[in-house]
Amino acid sequence: MSAQAVATEPESDIVIDVEGLTKSFGGPPVVKNLTMQVHKGLIYGFLGPNGSGKTTTLRMLCGLLTPDSGRGTCLGYDIRTQTADIKRHVGYMTQRFSLYQDLSIRENLEFVARIYNLDHPRQAAQDAIVRLGLENRADQLAGDLSGGWKQRLALGACILPQPELLLLDEPTAGVDPKARRDFWDEIHKLAHEGLTVLVSTHYMDEAERCHEITYIAYGEILAHGSVAQVVADAHLSTYTVTGPDLSDLAEYLKTLDGVDMVAPFGVELHVSGRDGAKLDTATATLRAEGPQVWTQGEPTLEDVFIDLMSKTKDNYA
Amino acid sequence: MSVESDVDRRTRGFRASFSRLRATFIKEFLQLRRDRITFATMIFIPLMQLLLFGTAINTNPRHLPTAVLIQDDSSFARSFLAAMRATDYFDISTSASSEEDLDHLILSGKVQFGVQIPAHFGRDLIRGDRPAILVIADATDPTATGSAVAALNGLSQTVFSRELTGAAASLAPKKPPYDLRVHLRYNPAIETRLNIVPGLMGTILTLTMLIFTGLSVTREIERGTMESLLAMPIRPVEIMLGKIAPYVVVGGLQMTLILSAARLLFGVPIEGSLPLLIALTLLFIVANLSVGYTFSTIATNQLQAMQMSFFFFLPNMLLSGFMFPFRGMPQWAQNFGEVLPLTHYLRIVRGIMLKGATFVDLQLDVLALALFTLAAMALAVARFRQTLD
Ligand SMILES: Nc1ncnc2c1ncn2[C@@H]1O[C@H](COP(=O)(O)OP(=O)(O)OP(=O)(O)O)[C@@H](O)[C@H]1O
Ligand SMILES: [Mg+2]
Repeated sequence: MSAQAVATEPESDIVIDVEGLTKSFGGPPVVKNLTMQVHKGLIYGFLGPNGSGKTTTLRMLCGLLTPDSGRGTCLGYDIRTQTADIKRHVGYMTQRFSLYQDLSIRENLEFVARIYNLDHPRQAAQDAIVRLGLENRADQLAGDLSGGWKQRLALGACILPQPELLLLDEPTAGVDPKARRDFWDEIHKLAHEGLTVLVSTHYMDEAERCHEITYIAYGEILAHGSVAQVVADAHLSTYTVTGPDLSDLAEYLKTLDGVDMVAPFGVELHVSGRDGAKLDTATATLRAEGPQVWTQGEPTLEDVFIDLMSKTKDNYA
Repeated sequence: MSVESDVDRRTRGFRASFSRLRATFIKEFLQLRRDRITFATMIFIPLMQLLLFGTAINTNPRHLPTAVLIQDDSSFARSFLAAMRATDYFDISTSASSEEDLDHLILSGKVQFGVQIPAHFGRDLIRGDRPAILVIADATDPTATGSAVAALNGLSQTVFSRELTGAAASLAPKKPPYDLRVHLRYNPAIETRLNIVPGLMGTILTLTMLIFTGLSVTREIERGTMESLLAMPIRPVEIMLGKIAPYVVVGGLQMTLILSAARLLFGVPIEGSLPLLIALTLLFIVANLSVGYTFSTIATNQLQAMQMSFFFFLPNMLLSGFMFPFRGMPQWAQNFGEVLPLTHYLRIVRGIMLKGATFVDLQLDVLALALFTLAAMALAVARFRQTLD
């Protein structure tokens, strides 16, 4: 059965469908019982602290790692047995630059074009160079490019063979804001054309540009949904505090019962609690007496993640 | 029923496979060209080795320094020395004054041979007393002395034929009742370089080919490019052939250089068919490239791959018949040697260049090389890790 045959069935648009994926490298599992579904045409954000198992999950999805247990499909192909088919249709951009540093941009792209047996590899590479705006650097060695250009080249190489699914592992790490925005515009354009994108990132603003996000820590999914859903599901009450002596206040607040998270954001302090009532009681006097100004606010995605992170740390402590 | 997508149609089948092979080939070639040091190494190291070893190694040395202690002044003594000189093996350079002096010259390594002709040698000989000539050889290096001693033994038949005439004729050694005719075929002058230079071609190709492919897979792992490569729809056998092919070209280049040098500088003949020699040398090159590639799939880093290559190279050099006569090795070593590609290649290259052997003469060795290559390739494909587990 091919991807197209699946595509005519009701749950037509599920591109990634995995269940109970577990993977360990000798020690404790790095990914635990992970279940997820990704729908066609969506940009799906994959977030989580360092070492939480994002890269490992992406590698399992594209057949580079075999899960210890669990099963699933990617584009309708079994991730255990049909990896060759998966590789044909998936573009995987690795976290670490993994094109050939001693080949030029053009040579790298031509290599990819030939691997996928494109009809006119030279022309395909040239088109990609123009699309990426790399005309002036086309004959520069990939190893000599700056970080941002490397990322752009890697993305270009990924989409060259017109995959149906993109797995991008921290594609914008170390990229300047303008280039990041261009990068995301490009990703949105591709998604609009029907491509599905699973992208891991550490940037909150990028998470907010995803249609759906999943937060993973210690190999387990802790939150999932649209950004608004994830924020709502966290049931965090948050105050934004401005005024003098914020750092002293922060130290003091951390000792209070009912305050789960205190995080400075520039000249503001975000104070959150999982239990709204408890937070209100604990901070009642401070709010009334000042000298800082307290305003009830919406928790940001970052508040939610930092809280999730500290919660799991507690669990593992 | 399934509808094939665009990508499937493009990436399935023989033509797609060829395209991927081509992609890998071009990529490897570009990388190789860019790596100037490696490129220079590949061209100059073989030439240097050939010139160095080809001219330096001689297992049949002549003009060995010899000291004499002559205590007899008969014409017999003079004849004997003249005959020794005439063999070309002895360079009578020193004259010792006493037996102690002679011993000392040998012990200190100033001379390789000492010859003592005792007092009254001539008189005793005429009397029929069978006097002895003492020849002391420094046999710490048997190869260096062997041929010279053999030449000396050959002297006894003829050396005094001029003196032993007339009344003394009965003392002349009797001729055996038959003639022994030894034909030294293919290398009548027993010139070492004729044996060494073709052998060197084999050893040089073994070493360089092993190292080239030995590094190829581990390099991708160490540089992190393996992750991208494995995420692409390319099969292990395509990677292998794509990586081996550019080095067949390089090996061919080396072969051309070495063959030209052998012919022009060392005057080694090519008695047999040159196209056959080229074809079989290419087969040998592929055999070694496959071994190197196999190591590369087993090793986890470049250093390990390098060590494995040397580990494989040593028995090739020592047990193939390159360094020491193959038939001089004990049976187990010969059996072991039969498994090594260089053993078969040496027979092929010496056979074609020196003896004018044809394909039919060499078919067993060709078969062995081909089987070896296939086995190594099969192992490499089986061993190739397609995941990052
Ligand atoms: N090949 C491997 N062998 C052993 N351990 C591994 C291997 N790959 C990953 N790990 C371990 O698995 C854990 C998860 O790694 P992974 O790379 O998936 O995290 P990540 O979420 O991508 O982190 P980051 O945000 O830093 O990229 C880490 O503790 C890492 O040390
Ligand atoms: Mg990672």
